[in-house]
Amino acid sequence: GGSGSFLRLLSSFRTFLRVSTWSSACGVACPFDGLILRSLGYSRLVLQIGRGKVVPEPLSTESFALDVYRYKDSLEEDLQKADLVISHAGAGSCLETLEKRKPLVVVVNEKLMNNHQLELAKQLHKDGHLFYCTCSTLPGLLQSMDLSTLKCFPPGQPEKFSAFLDKVVGLQK
Amino acid sequence: MCFYSWPTFASNNCSYVVGTCLWTSSPYISIKSKLSLFLQVLRKLKVTKNLHCESLNVTGGHTTEILRLLEKLSNAYSPRHYIIADTDEMSAHKINSFELDRADRDPNTMFPEYYIHRIPRSREVRQSWLSTVVTTLYSMWLSFPLTHRVKPDLVLCNGPGTCVPICISALLLGILGIKKVIIVYVESICRVEHLSLSGKILFHLSDYFIVQWPALKEKYPKSVYLGRIV
Repeated sequence: GGSGSFLRLLSSFRTFLRVSTWSSACGVACPFDGLILRSLGYSRLVLQIGRGKVVPEPLSTESFALDVYRYKDSLEEDLQKADLVISHAGAGSCLETLEKRKPLVVVVNEKLMNNHQLELAKQLHKDGHLFYCTCSTLPGLLQSMDLSTLKCFPPGQPEKFSAFLDKVVGLQK
Repeated sequence: MCFYSWPTFASNNCSYVVGTCLWTSSPYISIKSKLSLFLQVLRKLKVTKNLHCESLNVTGGHTTEILRLLEKLSNAYSPRHYIIADTDEMSAHKINSFELDRADRDPNTMFPEYYIHRIPRSREVRQSWLSTVVTTLYSMWLSFPLTHRVKPDLVLCNGPGTCVPICISALLLGILGIKKVIIVYVESICRVEHLSLSGKILFHLSDYFIVQWPALKEKYPKSVYLGRIV
């Protein structure tokens, strides 16, 4: 499974970006310098960079702020405050974000073998829950997307799994 | 009576051990209802006096998924052994939070009984296939003693490379007549149309193979489809 986290951008007045370990390869296209976001009206960018080698300098001006960190115990707070999230297509990242009903843009890592992340992003996009792109198409997507077209993502049902497992092990007939 | 188990094998590998098992004094415990769970970050059920759960895997997104699967499981699935990759930093934290939350919500649980073990990843992202064979064999070398010691009833995994050596170890326990272990594999929700490499291997080796998208159920009719469960 994906070990690096990509950009999780929580935006809108506050943006949250998670930069993956491979982001240095596509650093040119990644808007963590904030220009594109600023032009779209976002005033704050929060970057979660995981194990990434590229470490942008934090920045704070009147009109725009950039915060950077590697890990937090919980991304809950940043997710909650975000207006837009840009992330890799890891299951955890997608699910966490969609369940918080935040607009989500996923960026897929073309370097992963089989690029399995793309399958989920494509399906969720097909179902209308998020937008997806690659590193190079991210700036274009950010400028052209309409977040109001995104649909709510219904929760999964782990109780079906536990009922199934109970039968398998004989806890339940 | 209090049962306390210290993972002797994993004393070098185990990063976190919590609690003692007061299972014999618990009103929920009866011999048949106690299952030990081996979770690689995986869970295993053991239908004996001691329920050992082995939890396998727990890397990044897999962690979130497996913990969601565990959310609704009853206390019968205990103790739980989580196995994580040695390079995985966040998963231990997620597991600890999950277990403590679970204990908080359950007035009958004083101490959550779970263990976290670390084994090397069979394969890192973008690792070459040839070196993957070597690292997988190394993981096997470490996995079998651990699996043998715990002798879980159930192994539950959802796909990272760390789960393959553990599942093979569990199978070996059965083949050698030591213990029959139920192996349940849940393919990640990321896998919509194609199985992961671990999935392709374990499709043939697991007792139950669960998929979360209809396209996979069509391709693999012997799989189990319960809808989206995470």
